[in-house]
Amino acid sequence: MIYETVFIINPVLSEDQAKEAVNSYVDFLKSKKAKIISEESWGLKKLAYHIQNKKTGFYFLVEFECNDSNMISDLELSFKRDEKIMRWLVVKLDKNAQKYANRRREKLAK
Amino acid sequence: MESKIKQNTSELRYLTPVELSLEDKGKYCRFKKMRIDYIDYKDPDFLIRFLNEQGKILPRRITGNSLKFQRKVAQAIKRARHLALLPYVTDLLK
Repeated sequence: MIYETVFIINPVLSEDQAKEAVNSYVDFLKSKKAKIISEESWGLKKLAYHIQNKKTGFYFLVEFECNDSNMISDLELSFKRDEKIMRWLVVKLDKNAQKYANRRREKLAK
Repeated sequence: MESKIKQNTSELRYLTPVELSLEDKGKYCRFKKMRIDYIDYKDPDFLIRFLNEQGKILPRRITGNSLKFQRKVAQAIKRARHLALLPYVTDLLK
C-alpha cells in the first residue's frame, strides 16, 4: 500500500534543523522497511491561519510504500509526540491517487 | 371572428404565470466531462473555485458537481484546511 504524508515543521527552527527532522523521519520509515518513493520540500510557506500563533511553516511531503499497517500508527504516534511538527496528515493513496501522484512527480521533475 | 375569439382565449391561458425555464443551460459535472478522477488536496488554487468568499464549500446546485465528486471535493477541501493550505473562515477570499 502506498501512503503519502504531509507535515508542517515549526518555522522557529532553521532550514537545516528542519531538514534534520525530516531525515529522522525518513530513517524511521526506512527502519520500518518502508520504501521511500519520493520526498518533496515546499519550503517556507505562509499558513492560511495561525497555528500555535505562527504565521509560516516548513512544508514537507513524503511518499512511501509499506505493507504492515501498524507501522502507520507508530509513525503517527511519533508525529504526535514530536513538538517540532506543528501539523501532519497521513493519507493512503488508492489507484487513482497513485496515478495522479506519478503524473504530478513527472511534471515536477520536468 | 372565430380565430380572433380563439386567439383571445389562448391569451387568457397566460393569466396564470408562465414558469420561466431560465435554468435550462444544463449544468454539467466538470469532473465527468474532463474525466478527472482524483481531486488533489495539495493544490489550493484548484479547490478555491469550490469555496465562496467566506471560505465555505459551495453547494452542489451551484457548482453543478455530481454527488460522487462533490463528496471528493469536500473531502479534499477539509484536508487542505487541516494542513492550513485553505482557511476555515475568511473574508474576501477571492
